[in-house]
Amino acid sequence: MPNKEQFVRFDKVDKSYDGKVLVVKDLNLDIAEGEFITMLGPSGSGKTTCLMMLAGFETPTNGEIYLDSNPISNIPPHKRGIGMVFQNYALFPHMTVYENLAFPLKVRKISKEEIDKKVDKVLSMVSLSGFEKRMPNQLSGGQQQRVAVARALVFDPQVVLMDEPLGALDKNLRESMQYEIKHIHESIGVTVVYVTHDQGEALTMSNRIAVFNDGKVQQLSSPDKLYEEPVNSFVAEFIGENNTFSGEVTDISKNKCKVKLDLGKEIIANPIKVKSKGEKTIVSLRPERAIIDPENQMDNKHKGKIEEVIYHGDHTRVRLDILGNKEFILKVPNSSARMDIKVGNEINVGWNSHDSRALDPK
Amino acid sequence: MSSESQKILTTDGIPLEESLKKTERKNKIKAFLLVCPLLFFLIISYVSPIVGMLFTSVDDRMVTNMLPKTFKAMEDWDGKDLPSEKVFEAFYLDYKILVDENRHGKLATQMNYEKNGFKSILKKLARKQKKFEEGNYKEQIMKVHKRWGQVDYWRAIKRRAPSYSYIKYLKGVDMYENEEGKIVEVPEDRRIYKILWLRTLEIALVVTIFCFLLAYPIAHLLATLPMKYSNLLMICVLLPFWTSLLVRTASWMILLQQQGLVNDFLVWIGIVADDHRPVMMYNKIGTYIAMTQILLPFMVLPLYSVMKTISPSLMRAGKSLGGTPFITFWKIYFPLTIPGIGAGCLLVFILAIGYYITPELVGGASGTLISNQIAYHMKHTLDWSFASAMGLMLLTGVLVVYWVYNKLVGIDNIKLG
Repeated sequence: MPNKEQFVRFDKVDKSYDGKVLVVKDLNLDIAEGEFITMLGPSGSGKTTCLMMLAGFETPTNGEIYLDSNPISNIPPHKRGIGMVFQNYALFPHMTVYENLAFPLKVRKISKEEIDKKVDKVLSMVSLSGFEKRMPNQLSGGQQQRVAVARALVFDPQVVLMDEPLGALDKNLRESMQYEIKHIHESIGVTVVYVTHDQGEALTMSNRIAVFNDGKVQQLSSPDKLYEEPVNSFVAEFIGENNTFSGEVTDISKNKCKVKLDLGKEIIANPIKVKSKGEKTIVSLRPERAIIDPENQMDNKHKGKIEEVIYHGDHTRVRLDILGNKEFILKVPNSSARMDIKVGNEINVGWNSHDSRALDPK
Repeated sequence: MSSESQKILTTDGIPLEESLKKTERKNKIKAFLLVCPLLFFLIISYVSPIVGMLFTSVDDRMVTNMLPKTFKAMEDWDGKDLPSEKVFEAFYLDYKILVDENRHGKLATQMNYEKNGFKSILKKLARKQKKFEEGNYKEQIMKVHKRWGQVDYWRAIKRRAPSYSYIKYLKGVDMYENEEGKIVEVPEDRRIYKILWLRTLEIALVVTIFCFLLAYPIAHLLATLPMKYSNLLMICVLLPFWTSLLVRTASWMILLQQQGLVNDFLVWIGIVADDHRPVMMYNKIGTYIAMTQILLPFMVLPLYSVMKTISPSLMRAGKSLGGTPFITFWKIYFPLTIPGIGAGCLLVFILAIGYYITPELVGGASGTLISNQIAYHMKHTLDWSFASAMGLMLLTGVLVVYWVYNKLVGIDNIKLG
């Protein structure tokens, strides 16, 4: 099959609602067949607009979207064969679960026996067998969610879109639904485009994540790469926790650079977005990559004063005043060895220059 | 034993139910006092007139009170042959009092409703009875006019004996009780009310359908347009509410009459010839047009309030699942608007069935409704009991519509806002 890597393709897509502001700017995105891709970003970043353009409820102002190499901008939504799970489930309140699931099959003029078979199959997939006769308002939020997922899958669409489907559920249910959706995806291998603003959800479920901000894809990569190697300071701050130092590059070599901080001290960092001396930069460091009482081979060693200690059970979060940054967070695993972590004490902290990434200054 | 052990006590040992009642009593009294003025108002302004109307419609004591002795004497008359001397005597005595008090004209009117020809023989009797001698009244009365010797006339008197009667209701559907006491239809050329009832029903139905057809798209637009446009449209819909009913009806008269604006326009663009201007006023068409326009907001508002609650994502879901726009509308959107349709249709139909001013002004002869007839009997013939009877029949009709609706759709499904 050709174009498996480019099963869905956004080609130079722009979108504007009012002719003044671009909500989506020059979007180029390839989605492979069978992939679980998540569009992640704060509200207003254009991720839902992208989804709506793919579903056919919005038209791109410029550019083209291809599905399996065919341009789809002029195809109405009901002919696209794309399943969609909506934020508020959008189950038809006047139909039973069975009728909801049979709706996409009936409009495709599939025979009654075939419909029964498919509905049975999809209901057992979301473990809701026996709920056919219930009305949507007789189901719990999680059950409604599962019916909505089942309905989007029952007619074997090429692509399934999910628009913040777990937003209305409570935390525990949300987590178990994340696994359930992930497992369904793995077992039937459908292409899923998932939209969320919850980074935890995105990291758990996706093959790849597209981080949106300001109408643009900031970074498109696998969850681990996104977390470990953010390419700019927006991604670094949006995904996970992040300690930052702002300063100016004073020396640069192939994979190391010296950054002079605003207070005058120097740290060694990994140059990602900086190219030459004199550039402004923000250095980003994940809290778990800095350790107390560092070994010798670490090339960044500094003294910090403990400002606050927060107990989290399995670990303790320590807020330090270090190198002029009073919001420096450190994660200390819970063990009986560290009794000196008390507010006011001074401790040595160190990290590898490879982990402190010098990014753009925003 | 088990029931006693299940009785739950409060910490102080009082049964829980009792304690709960005690604490809630105060709230109940407060709530009742709040409702009191409205309840009082409703009883005075709504319940009592209806009860009064019911009473008036069956009240037939006027004749009963005028001829008390006659009816008493008639009690053991079988109605086959002429009544006995006793009845004649009683009638003479009753009638004498009426003539002395100058109330015999009313009796003549009432009895003439019952049987034609009564008026003249009663008047003749009033003149002649002054010279009556005591005793043998039967002969003397029968001598006044030969009709007094016909048993039909005496039967007619007996029919008016009961204090309460349903003849007004029979009259309301073009029926009457004939000499043999059977309920039959009036001759075809004198039937008017049945036609009026049917026409009322027809106009109410047609107006409801027109209102629905016009209101559905408007309400849909209102519910889906962005705020700034929908507000403007809402004002347009509500504008009629802010204008007097008379002004609106009068403006329809200006528009639709034969020398009116619409006809002028049609002539000007050449669709109709100047000497063949269509009649759009003072007939059914005028009533349809004016009533539809006036009742339209009552259909738009319930529809709008229901449509507003339908999430647009449902339509999107329908389309993404493969439904064409039409199927999505028909299978998803339309069923969800049924509560609004029900409420709107019920409201418009009930309002239309009792509509008065508009048909009165623009209906002409062929476009008036039963309510106009009721008003006519209240103002002109002063037959209030007949007007009441028709009013109650109308009310019953409305209740039947309501009941049928409740059976078919369920009244809980109504949403007015």
